[in-house]
Amino acid sequence: MKLAFRFLRPFFVIFFCFNLVGCVSVPSGFLKPPEGYLEKRQLQTRQYETANEEQIVMAVAGVLQDLGFNLDNSETRLGLVSASKKADAKSKGQITGAVILDVLAAFGGSYSNSTAQCDKSQVVRASVIVKPALEGRKMVVRVTFQRIVWNMSNQISRVETINEPLMYQKFFDSLSKAIFLEAQQV
Amino acid sequence: MRNCSFLVFLLFISIVLSGCATPASSVLTAESSQVRLRSIQTRAFDTADKKKMLQNVISTMQDLDFVIDKADFTLGSVTGSKFLGYEVVTMSVTVRPRGEKQLLVRANAQYGIKSVEDPATYQDFFVALEKAIFLTAQQVD
Repeated sequence: MKLAFRFLRPFFVIFFCFNLVGCVSVPSGFLKPPEGYLEKRQLQTRQYETANEEQIVMAVAGVLQDLGFNLDNSETRLGLVSASKKADAKSKGQITGAVILDVLAAFGGSYSNSTAQCDKSQVVRASVIVKPALEGRKMVVRVTFQRIVWNMSNQISRVETINEPLMYQKFFDSLSKAIFLEAQQV
Repeated sequence: MRNCSFLVFLLFISIVLSGCATPASSVLTAESSQVRLRSIQTRAFDTADKKKMLQNVISTMQDLDFVIDKADFTLGSVTGSKFLGYEVVTMSVTVRPRGEKQLLVRANAQYGIKSVEDPATYQDFFVALEKAIFLTAQQVD
């Protein structure tokens, strides 16, 4: 009998581990400004020389449409526009690598399905705030992007805030253009 | 042999109990008391400028990596979400007048499927908000 218990003991340990893994505690400090938030703010913000808030909000909505976003929500009295866009997330490099790995595994006589872990699609969400600058007749525009990436087996593989300067650069370039175009009534 | 039957019993019980569904009403219960929750989630500010306060709430949330999902000026609410590893943190902040000269700001956050009820976490948010609006957040009784 003792032998049977000894035999079962490791299973018990594993069972308890699994039970405990299910408990997730809420971390603390996630509402503290992260390091380097001032630089990030700078990256996400541009000022425009106008006092016309409505004009800028309309230009923002126009730009989001130019970039293929769907407008989800807005509150013009606060200068808020939020939008999202579904996009392809397939990367040729990643897929090629995964296929090679799978084929190698097959040759080695084992099973691998790395292809299923490859990125397939993504939803990019943007929210834009337009508000008057502290001094002068200026408007401050701030945009933040985040994205959710799904893999080939339709599981969420990544969620993240987008911090690539290029993305923000592109948005503001388009916005400057749109403000100019709208001023010219195009 | 007794040991073995005990094991079988345990297994049986765990299978039976796993069939138990959570009653819907448990969604409405909070871990802390209603009064305590209000006091850790709420601060008063000496300003009556609702628009400016809401815009500062939004920019503070953006500093904290939130993307703003919704806002409503009349209701004075802002909702945003941020990603922390694989979990989503959602936060709603409401701003409403308190008397003629003050605004009450209340924040409540959820981490995944858990309500955040830790006072220090909310304190961090209000400290960040204070810096943004250059006003002191006052504890409300």
